[in-house]
Order: sequence, then structure tokens, then C-alpha cells
Amino acid sequence: MNFLAAVGAAFLGFLAAAGRIVLFTLAALAAMARPPWYPRQILRQMIDIGYYSLPVVGLTAIFTGMVLALQTYTGFSRFAAESAIPNVVVLSMTRELGPVIAGLMVAGRIGAAIAAEIGTMRVTDQIDALTTLSTNPYKYLVVPRLLSGTLMLPLLVLVANVIGVFGGFLVSTYKLDFNPATYIQRTADFLETMDVVAGLAKAAVFGFIVTLMGCFHGYTSRGGAQGVGAATTYAVVSGSILILLFDYILTEAFFSR
Amino acid sequence: MSKIEIRGLKKSFGRKVVLDGLDLDVAERESLVVIGGSGTGKSVMLKCILGLLEPDAGSIKIDGREVVGLSSREREKLMQKFGMLFQGGALFDSIRIWENVAFGLIQGRGMDRKAAKEIALSKLRAVGLGPEVAELRPSELSGGMQKRVALARAIAAEPEIIFFDEPTTGLDPIMSDVINDLIVKCVREVGATAVSITHDMASARKIADRIAMLHRGRIIWQGPAAEIDSSGNPYVEQFVHGHAEGPIQMEVRTR
Repeated sequence: MNFLAAVGAAFLGFLAAAGRIVLFTLAALAAMARPPWYPRQILRQMIDIGYYSLPVVGLTAIFTGMVLALQTYTGFSRFAAESAIPNVVVLSMTRELGPVIAGLMVAGRIGAAIAAEIGTMRVTDQIDALTTLSTNPYKYLVVPRLLSGTLMLPLLVLVANVIGVFGGFLVSTYKLDFNPATYIQRTADFLETMDVVAGLAKAAVFGFIVTLMGCFHGYTSRGGAQGVGAATTYAVVSGSILILLFDYILTEAFFSR
Repeated sequence: MSKIEIRGLKKSFGRKVVLDGLDLDVAERESLVVIGGSGTGKSVMLKCILGLLEPDAGSIKIDGREVVGLSSREREKLMQKFGMLFQGGALFDSIRIWENVAFGLIQGRGMDRKAAKEIALSKLRAVGLGPEVAELRPSELSGGMQKRVALARAIAAEPEIIFFDEPTTGLDPIMSDVINDLIVKCVREVGATAVSITHDMASARKIADRIAMLHRGRIIWQGPAAEIDSSGNPYVEQFVHGHAEGPIQMEVRTR
């Protein structure tokens, strides 16, 4: 019986946490719908999330594209289908790897930073201070981050796609003896608008998830330095897991198209 | 009519009852100091009035208007009447000192940044800080200076009601007295109603018109500040003189 009780308690705890996240999300969306908005805060977050994530996302994208070309070659050369490498690289990058890799990198870089910043503000009463200064903390802290994450991650992914495809191009032309012109031709030929759009839609959702997890765990943190540390961990872990979960759900939704 | 009227305020955290039917009135323009030991619910009371915590039961009226259960929009508007000095200062560490002081004016009331900076500088001067401090960040200041900045921020928007949460905790006796003087001066200048919570008796004597003692979630004594030494209440006497022995039993396990 004890075992069942433990399972039940864990399940109830999970449901309670899910409920709290949903309520937090609704409160944030309600705050987003009404003025005031804080353009300075939004701009600051956009620069932080978009511009300063470029090196990390770019580096991971180029190596991903390079590895993708190599591995595809290893597999496809066994049945003489090397010529499909450009298609595999561009489809994998735009539909799947671009959004997921950028999402995971941003979860580590931005999700953690948001949780630590808002968490510290919580445990030092700065969030309460915002309220006493007639400023809604959802509008001032949460909304700018959610908006920036949702808008900037697609842009980051667009850049990651280009860099990733370029990585595949480099390996294919310099190491696998592809003709550069043919490679680019084949990349463009089989790519459809929907592939890119589906990837960017995923990226927007991932951007929302990452910033939401950072904000939620930071906002609800308690118990000093240790609590802020825990909030940071939760933000990264839950953000990463949710990205992979929603990746499947969204892929399923886009599957037939 | 009382500026603040609290009736039957209750708040528990899990099984721990913190406020147990608290009644308290604060008259307009008076300075009330609430004393009481650590963990008796002083901060919780302030947070309930400010709406940072939702009380379990009871009523809180500001200017005769019920404020428990206000919507967040009405709460934002109500907050314009309030200023609060937090125990740790709670300065925003990502922005400069003058932006901290002007925060309520710029973000809360949509004032022009230039005009708000002027006011911020004059408020900083009022707490004895020069314009050279204005461009620094909170982490570059000492604890006493941070408290002064926090005080300037609390009074910047000329609120009708100001709360001081342990204004002298963690400061040396001289800086404590400086802060006490500033509180008295600022509250008088702004013409505000002030509620302070403290366990520092020197501070209480200095800033209070009236003192109330909180014990186990209720007000057990209140009266003019001058009568604190002749209260005839054994709880108050024990607290004022700081005796370990008496009717107040500290919740410390001896073994």
C-alpha cells in the first residue's frame, strides 16, 4: 500500500505543478493583452535573447550540419544514394535540428539566466517592491521575456538553418567531392516553403516554452540562494524536456503536410 | 475615519497560524509603530495590507474602502497611495540609483524620464545623498546608503501611506539614528500616514506617535508612545526591557 501511496502522491504533485504552470501562463497572457507594455524591457530582452545567442547557436548549427553530411554519407553510400545528401541535410536542419538544437541551447543560456535573475529578485523582495511601485511584475518582467523568446527564436533558427546547411555544404564539397553548384541546386530544388515554415513555427513555440519555464521557476522560487539554484536547474531541465515533447507533438501535427 | 482599518485579519501558512484575528486602526497622518518579536506576523500583516499576500479571513479598509480581494488592475491603482521601505532595501540591481528612485514615477505613473530624474535627485538630496551617487548601481553602495536610497524611493511619489519594514535592522547605532531622523523628517514633509514594524525599541521611541504590540497574531496592547514605559502590561514590559524571563515564551527548543 505504501508503494501505491507514493505513486499517488507523486502523481498528485505532478498535477498540482502542471496546474500552477497553466495558471501562471494564463496570468502572463492576460497581462500581455493590456497596456502598459514596456518597450525598453522588450528591446533589452530581444537583444539578450536574440543577438547574444547568435554565437552559441551558430557554432552548434555549423557542427550539426557538418556531422549530418558525414553521417548521411556513411549510411547512404551503402546503397549508392549519396546524391540525396543535400536534401537530407536541408530537410533535417529546417524541419528538425535547427529548431531543436537552437531551442536546447537557448534553454541552457536564456532559460537559466531568466530563472536566476527573476529568482534573485523574488528572494530579495524586488518583485514585491515592483508591486508597491504600481508596476505589475507580470507585465514588467514576464511579458517582455515571453514576447522576446517567441519572436527571437524563429529568427535564430533561420540563421541556424543557413549556417547548418552551409556546414553540410562545406563537408560535402571539400571532403566528399560534391560539385558545389550541384549541391546548392539540389538543396534548393527539393526544399518547400512548408519545411521552413514548420520549423519556424516550432521555434516560436520552443522560444515561448523556454522563457516561460525560466520565468515560472524564477517567479515561484523561495528559500534564498539554494532556492534560486534549484529554480535554475528546474528551468533548464523542464524547458529541455518540454521542447522534445512538443517537438514530437508539433511534428505529428505537421506530418502530413 | 481611520486611514487604515483592519478587522479580524487571519492568515495561516499550512498549520502555522500567523495572524489570528488581528484588529488595528491607523489614523490619518499618525505614525504607528508595531513592535513584537521575530515571527509574530508583523511582516505578514504589512504584506496583507499591500495585497502581496491574500488573507484567509478578515477585512482591510483603506480610506473606508474594502481592499481585500481587489482585482490586479484596481490594486495597481491603489498602490499609488503606498510607499514601502523593504527590510533588505529591495533595490533593483540592474538599474542605476536614480532610476531606482524614479521607478514608481516613470513605470508606475508614466512620467517623463527627465522630470522624474529631477525629482529623484531632489529626493536623494533629502536623504543626504549627492548627485554623484545617482549614476551608480545599488551593489556599489554600503548597506546604510542602500537603506537611504530605498527610503528615497519609498517617498519619491509622495505617497499617502508609507510602510517601513524593520528600517534599522542590520545598521550600526549611528546609521540607525540617521535613518530614524530621516523617517521622521520625510514622513512629516510628505504629510503621510506611517506604519513601521520593528523590534528596535530605540527606533520605535523615536518615530512613533503611537505604539502597538503584536503577539501571537493579535494586538495585545496599544497606546501613545510616551506610555510605553508605564503600560502595566507584562508582555510589553518584558519586550521593552528585553528580558528572557516573562510571559512571552520564545519558541526555542531547549533540548
